[in-house]
Amino acid sequence: MAVLVDKNTRVMTQGFTGAQGTFHASQGIAYGSTYVGGTTPGKGGTMHPELNLPVFDTVAECVAKTQANASVIYVPAPFAADAILEAIDAEVPLIICITEGIPVLDMVKVKRALSGSKSILVGPNCPGVITPEACKIGIMPGHIHKRGSVGVVSRSGTLTYEAVAQTTAAGLGQSTCVGIGGDPVKGMDFIDVLELFLKDDETKSIVMIGEIGGQSEILAAEYLKAENFGPGKPNKPVVGFIAGATAPPGRRMGHAGAVISGGRDTAAAKMEAMAAAGIHVADSPSSLGSTMVKALKG
Amino acid sequence: MNIHEYQAKELLRRYGVAVLDGHVAWTAEEAVAAAKQLPGPVYVVKSQIHAGGRGAGRFKEDPNGKGGVRVVKSIDDVKAAADAMIGKTLVTKQTGEHGKLVSRVYVEDGCDIKRELYLGLLIDRDTSRLTIMASTEGGMEIEEVAEHHPEKILKVAVDPASGISGFHCRKLAFGLGLTGKQVSSFTKFVTALFGAFLELDCMIVEINPLVVTGAGEIVALDAKVSFDDSALFRHKDLEELRDDSEMDPKELDAVKNDLNYVALDGEIGCMVNGAGLAMATMDIIKLYGSSPANFLDVGGTANAARVTEAFRIITSDPNVKAILVNIFGGIAKCDMIAEGIVAASKNLSLKVPLVVRLEGTNVDLGKKILAESGLAIIPADNLADAAQKVVAAVKGA
Repeated sequence: MAVLVDKNTRVMTQGFTGAQGTFHASQGIAYGSTYVGGTTPGKGGTMHPELNLPVFDTVAECVAKTQANASVIYVPAPFAADAILEAIDAEVPLIICITEGIPVLDMVKVKRALSGSKSILVGPNCPGVITPEACKIGIMPGHIHKRGSVGVVSRSGTLTYEAVAQTTAAGLGQSTCVGIGGDPVKGMDFIDVLELFLKDDETKSIVMIGEIGGQSEILAAEYLKAENFGPGKPNKPVVGFIAGATAPPGRRMGHAGAVISGGRDTAAAKMEAMAAAGIHVADSPSSLGSTMVKALKG
Repeated sequence: MNIHEYQAKELLRRYGVAVLDGHVAWTAEEAVAAAKQLPGPVYVVKSQIHAGGRGAGRFKEDPNGKGGVRVVKSIDDVKAAADAMIGKTLVTKQTGEHGKLVSRVYVEDGCDIKRELYLGLLIDRDTSRLTIMASTEGGMEIEEVAEHHPEKILKVAVDPASGISGFHCRKLAFGLGLTGKQVSSFTKFVTALFGAFLELDCMIVEINPLVVTGAGEIVALDAKVSFDDSALFRHKDLEELRDDSEMDPKELDAVKNDLNYVALDGEIGCMVNGAGLAMATMDIIKLYGSSPANFLDVGGTANAARVTEAFRIITSDPNVKAILVNIFGGIAKCDMIAEGIVAASKNLSLKVPLVVRLEGTNVDLGKKILAESGLAIIPADNLADAAQKVVAAVKGA
């Protein structure tokens, strides 16, 4: 039954009439997902000129009129935190923020607003969430996906596509792919997504892609060791990869979070922790699919 | 974005953070004039570069001489110290062996140091909160303290909804063994610093050492401030503090063209979309026996013009012997990238082998554009294939 999004997901778009909102909503619709409308403040009461869906001024109004239960955000970075806060206020159950470059302190406030709210946030600075052949929310190319059994969770957008293409080529397909984003302060983290994958019947195995910086992959490895592996546990095979083994310390590698400051945040430390937890660590970003095939054979 | 110590202190002073009096000087004469404005009789002359370890560092021109921070006791010695620093190259633990050219010094009032502490503010990704760290081990490299004596680092996380409160500061102050008047002085200092951090959208603020004076005052002896690049749009005035000479010229060029580029010392130039894939591309090049010349994320909105700029920056590095373009189109469209590659190859009359791997959004259109261009591009089907081909191209050259 996949996680987070499925055939029943009704998607609205914040930043609906902008170039990104328009293009990716049209791609989502073409993929077969249910898009119901969106917001562009000041354009409420009109119809989207290309998509023939209603435009509202506020998220609350859009939810009330369209019964949207997920909102995807393409609003520019200076205004994106405000857009997330508006979606939280409107009690949208699932908020997915694609926008890159949101100030970290803005996200600290958003994170506080999320606690105790009725919303789950994915992102920001992420490709989105897709349950193949059911619902595509975000910027990922739909055609590389195939309905199947691998749950994919990743901090990197394009590296997620790599995992998807390889598991599709291996004939496995994906249950759901979740891009959690490369920012230091974000919504769902690895553990939150892994928890959903472990409970999901359709997800038979998991690919987890991390990168240098922070220690959330290590916490996730410890979580899997305790909750996934062992007698009476789900024991779903997990393949892991960490990008940035060749990155020099102290240099920020594009993502705001991708910088090694010493200790537990290096690629080597993370891969070691993953292997120690029972995760199959792929030695190359091109062997994610083949490592999974091997892992499934036991 | 990083700034110099003197700029950081000037900014922090505006927010009520206690710093010593001082003035920046670009020449020895200016240093003398700066010193004359200070009460004396002790002055500190400090090299201004974007790197730590200045005191223990040595100048290339005088490897057996004194370091990049000098305490002196006369105006004449201020002049001598400034002369020994300005225009010279300082090599510290953090600069690498090339060192950094000192173009200016900061002349500061001397200080009666009783204790040296450490204070740092940063956003803790594990708690998603602003965290204040303090340690009795001031003046040391805090990473080493964290590794060997984690118990000596005190931490408090501040809830962004309620903000900083007196108890946060007292908890740290008593943990540091401060007493009496020192506690209130510390509380005032931390509260002001916290305010500056929020107002200026900082990523990291480090005061190392933070000093307790003989009179029981808490003062910043050094200050390292790093801003959140994503928030600079609301601090246009801070842009003026950027020191272009501190950056690699290729990286500076990239910043101006809105590209994410980090210069490395290998031989294969990389152009990739997405930071994670860009790092993974570097990793796989290494795996196949060569090394990357750079990290470059062209981003999601890549068009022909940006691709051309990216190629220009990559090829300006004389070490580049081949280029690998690795695009997995999502938001970026392969046809736009392909058009950029064709335009760039022609405009820049590219001389090194070029391996291109395209996948994702509009991939067929992109491949068609490349095939019909008549250019000697080596196409690759997947990441491993691309890495293999580009490494072979370098080894064959």
